[in-house]
Formats: sequence, C-alpha cells, structure tokens
Amino acid sequence: MISQQFEYSAPATLQEALDLLANEGAKPLAGGMSLIPMMKLRLAAPEQLIDIGRLRELNYIRREGEQMHIGAGTTHWDVESSPIVRAHCPLLSETVSNIGDIQVRNRGTIGGSAAHADPSADYPAAFCALEAQFKLVKKGGERVVGASDFFVDMLTTALESGEIIAEVIVPVEQRGTGVSYQKCVQPASGFAIVGVAVRVSSEFVRIGVTGLGAKAYRATNAEEIYTSTHDAAKAAAVVADGADSNSDIHASASYRKHLARIYTQRALKEAASRMG
Amino acid sequence: MQTTIHVTINGKKRSDTVEPRLLLIHYLRETVGLTGPHIGCETSICGACTVNVDGKAIKSCAMFAVQANGCDVLTIEGLARDGKLDPMQQAFWNEHGLQCGFCTPGMIMTAKQILERNPHPTEAEIRDGLGGNLCRCTGYQHIVNAVKAVAAGKGA
Repeated sequence: MISQQFEYSAPATLQEALDLLANEGAKPLAGGMSLIPMMKLRLAAPEQLIDIGRLRELNYIRREGEQMHIGAGTTHWDVESSPIVRAHCPLLSETVSNIGDIQVRNRGTIGGSAAHADPSADYPAAFCALEAQFKLVKKGGERVVGASDFFVDMLTTALESGEIIAEVIVPVEQRGTGVSYQKCVQPASGFAIVGVAVRVSSEFVRIGVTGLGAKAYRATNAEEIYTSTHDAAKAAAVVADGADSNSDIHASASYRKHLARIYTQRALKEAASRMG
Repeated sequence: MQTTIHVTINGKKRSDTVEPRLLLIHYLRETVGLTGPHIGCETSICGACTVNVDGKAIKSCAMFAVQANGCDVLTIEGLARDGKLDPMQQAFWNEHGLQCGFCTPGMIMTAKQILERNPHPTEAEIRDGLGGNLCRCTGYQHIVNAVKAVAAGKGA
C-alpha cells in the first residue's frame, strides 16, 4: 500500500516548521503511527508533509512547580520509561504502557495521539481525567486549550489550520492521590473498546472515558455521585448516561455502555486502593 | 519530488535518492536488497517488517525512508557476527522458535528490544512485549521459550 505523492520537508527549527505549516495543504508528521497508515489507505492525502518528528524543541519532559510539561514530540516510550513521569504523573505512565505495542510506542508521540483524536485511543482518557492543557502554536500565535475544549468530535480537535500542539501540561499528582487506567482491549488492534482513567484523593475524583463515544470525555456526573457517596458502583452506574455510544462489530452501543460502567467501577476501586 | 537520504545500514553508510512516499520496508527490500525484513500485513499490525532504527524496534511499513535520513538502521541481516549467530537467533534455532520463518526476523528484532530494556522479564512481560508481532505457526510457546533462554544466558 503506497500513499499518494507528497512533498517532504524536515525543518531544523520549530519556527521554520510553523512557517511551512502555514501553507495550504501542509500537514505535520511526527511519529506517523496514525497518519502514515491513513495515508497508505488513502484516507489522508496531504500535498506536503512537514516532519516535526526530529525537532528537539518538542521533545522534553520537565517539572515546573506543580505542573509537568511534556513536549508534543515526546514518544510514548519516552513517557513510559520516564522516572519523572512515574513519580509525578503515574496515570500517564500507566496509560501510555497500554498503547499499541513496543514498536508503536517507540515512534508514536503524545502530541500526535492527541491531535489525531482517535475515539478509541488510550491517552485521551488520561488527558480528560488530568484536565490536561494543550499549548497550541502556529505562525504568529500561541494559545492554551483545556482537554474538554480540545477534543471536539471523532478525529476532530480544536486545532486550526497551520496549528500544532507544542506541549501537553498536566498537574503534578499530590501525595494521597490514587490513579488507575482500566481498559477493555480490542485484541487485534490493541485499541480500547472502552478505557477509563481515574484519579481519586480525599479531596477530589476525576474520571476520563475513552472508546465509548465519538470523543473522550470527563464524566462529571459520575464524579459528583462518587464525591457524595464514595460508592464506586453508584458512581459507575451513571458514567455512560447521556453518552452517544459507538457501535461496531466489536461491541454494540448498549454493550459498550455496560463495559464503561464495569471498567469505571474497577478503575475507581483500584485508584482508591492506591490512595496511600 | 526526490530526496537524497544518508543512512547507515548494518554498519555500512550509503546514500540513495528516493521518493518521499517510499516506505522504509520497500527501501530496505528493493533499493538496498535486504529481504530479511518481511512484508506481512502492511497495516502495522503483524510486525514482520520490524527493524531497529537508532536503537528502537519499529515497524518499517509505517515509516517513510526519508524519516530514516541520518539514522542507524539494523536489520536481521546485521545481527550475526563473523558467521556466528546472534544469541537470540541461536536461541530461536535451539528452541524451535519458528516453523515457516516468516515472522522470525521481526520476532527476533522485537525480542532483542525486550531484553535490552528488561534483561529478566517474566513470561507475561515477554508475551506482552511480543504483542506487536504475529506468528501463525508456533502458537508462540517456543518463541517465548527462546526469549527466556536468552534471558537465562543460554542463547549462545
């Protein structure tokens, strides 16, 4: 399977990349784990690929005060193997180790996964539970968008033409917070039929759900019930309420909702047991 | 629309002019003539095309050759030294870790990465690590045994 023809550039700096991305028909290429398969299937046919996968400026993990800043070009393996992430954002470590396989995690990037916004991707569940913020840049502009506004619809984000994710910002987890990512995996593709990311402490609970609907979401109704009752079953019972559930050969809409409830309950219990 | 790339493949430097849409697997097999990495599913599922780029196991059907510009590429052909098989190759031989052999080059490249990162994995970790490589003959048992043998120092 061969993609359509395209022009290729590998700019040396982010600024140069943003200048090139301002051209109509230009698309950024990072790890390529989503874009290249789509190009091979001719579901995507960009005229020009701007390779941002080599930019060191987009490849870093650092802690600044109570926030973790992760460059958009950081690979899943770099996140998975990072002691800083494990210590300060264990939900990301756990979630990322569930993505694809070793080879995919070696190439795929945190920014690429977010920008692709696959409804069955693992990362977005954690982004929602973490209330992650995305620093978006384009030629002559920069803005920060929260996860709930960033994911718009299936494969659709708040990214504008010529704009890329530069950085993902997540909170440093405080002592006493337990986290868990529970996933019903589609065994052939490795994607989540449903995946639920939870953070819970004595003060708050956050629940992010992927795979169920067109986009990942934060289940605030379930969070409210858990806050008032501390009952995982009662909270999980409403996690899929109002969701427009996907349906395919792997799971019908009603079965997906059932799975979301089961996996929410598991994630809440596991996270609570890790509050320490 | 041609681009010149400079790549080190199995320790040898070379330069080639390629179309940007040429996949790394096609570059390796057709331009360079290394047919060890195989083309199985072409959809980045089966792992038969796995090679190592700059120390990382990757699926070469999901990477353009131009993305490997300036990189160090290691294929199954680059593992043996002076006619002596790599310990992982030898272990696959010893443990009968293959039947038809189609998945073997990819299996071996991934298996080596697993042990580089975790020299003493559990069986579950080995199986999880090989999740991106499909074998339709062996039922995986002997492949897992081969990886275990290398971890136990029995590959050579």
